[in-house]
Amino acid sequence: MADLTSNFLGIRSPNPFWLASAPPTDKAYNVYRAFEAGWGGVVWKTLGEDPVPVNVCSRYSCHKNTRGDVIGINNIELITDRPLQVNLDEIRQTKKDWPDRALFVSLMVPCEEESWKTIVQQVEDTGCDGVELNFGCPHGMSERGMGSAVGQVPEYIEMVTRWCKQHCHLPVVVKLTPNITNIVVAAEAAQIGGADAISLINTINSITGIDLDQMTGYPTVNDKFTSGGYCGEAVKPIALSMVGQIARSPDTAELPISAIGGISCWRDAAEFIALGAGTVQVCTAAMLNGFKIVQDMIDGLSRWMDSKDYQSLDSFRGAAIPNLTDWKYLDLNYKTIASIDQNSCIQCGRCYAACEDTAHQAIAMTPSQNATERRFDVINEACVGCNLCQITCPVENCISMVRQQTGKPYLNWTQHPNNPMREN
Amino acid sequence: MNRPDIHSGRLSAEEYCRNFADIKPALSNYEAHIEANRCLYCEAAPCIPACPTGINIPSFINRIATNNIDGAAQAILDANILGGSCARVCPTEILCEQACVRNHEPECKAVTIGRLQRYAIDNRQADDHPFTRLPDTGKTIAVVGSGPAGLACAHHLAREGHNITLFDAWEKPGGLNEYGIASYKLVDSYARQEVDFVMEIGGIKQESSFRLGQSISLDQLRKQFSAVFLGLGLGGCNTLGLEGEQVAGVEDALSAISRLRQCNDLSQLPVGKRIVVIGGGNTAIDIACQCKRLGAEEVTIAYRRGSQWMSATPHEQAFARDNGVRILSWVQPSSLLTEDGRVTGINLEKTTLDVNDNLQGTGEITTIPIDTLYKAIGQNFLADCFANANESPELNGSRIATDKNFRTSLSNVWAGGDCIDKDPDLTVHAVEHGKQAAHAIHQYLQGDIENG
Repeated sequence: MADLTSNFLGIRSPNPFWLASAPPTDKAYNVYRAFEAGWGGVVWKTLGEDPVPVNVCSRYSCHKNTRGDVIGINNIELITDRPLQVNLDEIRQTKKDWPDRALFVSLMVPCEEESWKTIVQQVEDTGCDGVELNFGCPHGMSERGMGSAVGQVPEYIEMVTRWCKQHCHLPVVVKLTPNITNIVVAAEAAQIGGADAISLINTINSITGIDLDQMTGYPTVNDKFTSGGYCGEAVKPIALSMVGQIARSPDTAELPISAIGGISCWRDAAEFIALGAGTVQVCTAAMLNGFKIVQDMIDGLSRWMDSKDYQSLDSFRGAAIPNLTDWKYLDLNYKTIASIDQNSCIQCGRCYAACEDTAHQAIAMTPSQNATERRFDVINEACVGCNLCQITCPVENCISMVRQQTGKPYLNWTQHPNNPMREN
Repeated sequence: MNRPDIHSGRLSAEEYCRNFADIKPALSNYEAHIEANRCLYCEAAPCIPACPTGINIPSFINRIATNNIDGAAQAILDANILGGSCARVCPTEILCEQACVRNHEPECKAVTIGRLQRYAIDNRQADDHPFTRLPDTGKTIAVVGSGPAGLACAHHLAREGHNITLFDAWEKPGGLNEYGIASYKLVDSYARQEVDFVMEIGGIKQESSFRLGQSISLDQLRKQFSAVFLGLGLGGCNTLGLEGEQVAGVEDALSAISRLRQCNDLSQLPVGKRIVVIGGGNTAIDIACQCKRLGAEEVTIAYRRGSQWMSATPHEQAFARDNGVRILSWVQPSSLLTEDGRVTGINLEKTTLDVNDNLQGTGEITTIPIDTLYKAIGQNFLADCFANANESPELNGSRIATDKNFRTSLSNVWAGGDCIDKDPDLTVHAVEHGKQAAHAIHQYLQGDIENG
């Protein structure tokens, strides 16, 4: 089997699957259960200054698709509400009992050097492997000038990161908020401040739904609601994009990344690693399925690596980055056309409806003589290769996008005659 | 002497209860939600034309999936006011569900449209009737027969503001839904509830125990009403033509089914120990299975051809076999054995096809001792209801001839349901006939109104 051993900032863990800083890592009891289940590391739920914050009831709400599957969760829970010393003592003992696992500690205190200095030194004293600066949480703490309120101001990111690097010897990971226009700017700020790595994404500002009877939103606290942080598989595309943009940006390309955002199975993890992630952090999948899910993630990832002959995570880490580019460099002469496999077509007509109503009228519907069957054919001349028919098709591999040989050379927008700003 | 073993109370109270409970129980909210999400919301969905009443199936299923149950019910009832009973009794496996694209590889399993339809109707929350009646037109229409065809016709005409008198020969309205459907397919007086629901539209007066040709003639009806719709059903049961067919223990299956449906205490209903049913349709299946479920020990359906020719669907045949009913094919009744005016056995002759594919007996006889013989070899239209009319509608073969608008040869008389010369005898076809005839009658009356 492939070697899943992870070496992130010199911290080794038996696999790259870490639990993200969140309720599942709030205390030793949960973390021990996680390590017993096989998680490679954890980021302990964010510590702050005493007196501890007070949480509300209720705290989570979810976004379901029409089938009823949870595709995302949002939360309005704050950082740990347990006294600092209790956490520090448990962290110290946990690292002692689980020396082979990575144990990072998430931190969030007011934007004052003294506060950060104090806490990083207290945490360093526990023997943990590193700290993660929580510049990401978009709810509650941000109203007090912490969390995403810091992550949204590059100068603050840089400043606080620098303080932490000055006042402790631990690796410092900066956790970024996605609630920002250009994530690369935030990553650069962390890098300039001296961050050893970044982790992203934290949760996204969200309201999961409105209670149409009570005319309030979820999660409802008495009759009020507030925006919460959105996570779970629905956010994966956003996280992939942000990780990818940082990984391919020349200024931040060397910055190690611990990727977070909707990782629900081994494949999601492999995708983030292919975009350069050193480790992956998981929360929602564990909250929805329990810690045992990590065993299936580990098994899936190593079997896939075996099938590709990847000996270690480094063998494919970042392998997709070179192909991530700007739109303007995409080949305008590349051409595919949809092809419908008549043997597997079940004649639902979803492709036809999609193409006829909302795309390019490139699929013909022909009823059979007795009108009990119908046939769907691609009109090649009209097909622009948009993939929509393939997306709507309920049958796996029934519609494929077939590459056409145009005989034309690579041509991008910067070279195209229609571009008034073309470069040649 | 071969004493007939016919008695009641063969089973425990629990067994009766279990045997005559709903065979296709209602979907739970959860099940309905999962199943509704299997619908692919096809373009020009093949299930819609496969429904004789043209229910917009993807639309009502989408409404279930999006938790708009009243909207789902409305979509069904728009096309089929008896959507509730059709959901229960339709052979969906040869109608909408046969057309479902999920029957294809790789799934090979249709969306259970019938059960979803029942879910939508059963879970409709609105208190109001889903349709409103237009202002009274002053027109009167006689609808004869309150089976599915008559009910659908009456409801559509009532919506248009016409005044309907709904006649029925039986004590209770509902036709075959009330008297002719196997109990476990339509439980808990559902037929009656549905009639009450239809009546909520208003403008429909019911007249029971009214028999056309006896209580009143067709001529008189045509004079008293602006239009007449005949949803008479099939009053007669075909006979075997065997000597001794009138002896005790030989009965029409439909009479027995009707008795069973109207019985309040099944433990008091006698049933034979050994039973043969002659026929190959759903009525044969229904009586055979119900006898089995009443505690009969040996129930045999005897059919003169191979089972692939049976009009009972393969699904129904499988249901019969699951009930422990034996289906004997390629046999025809040749004679009855009787003692003291009772049937004691039946001789069945093996059959085969000759070179011209005509059915013929081989002469080989099997004797089966029986307590009861049920005849389920089809029904026929009893034209004697027109005996005292000067003008009666033309027949096509043995049934009432109708044009594409369900009009008979008489200018102000329409007809639909089993008594006409169209379509298989299914509830859902009858509903469509009634609906279409109502449109035609309304058009006719509109012309009448406009022409002063």
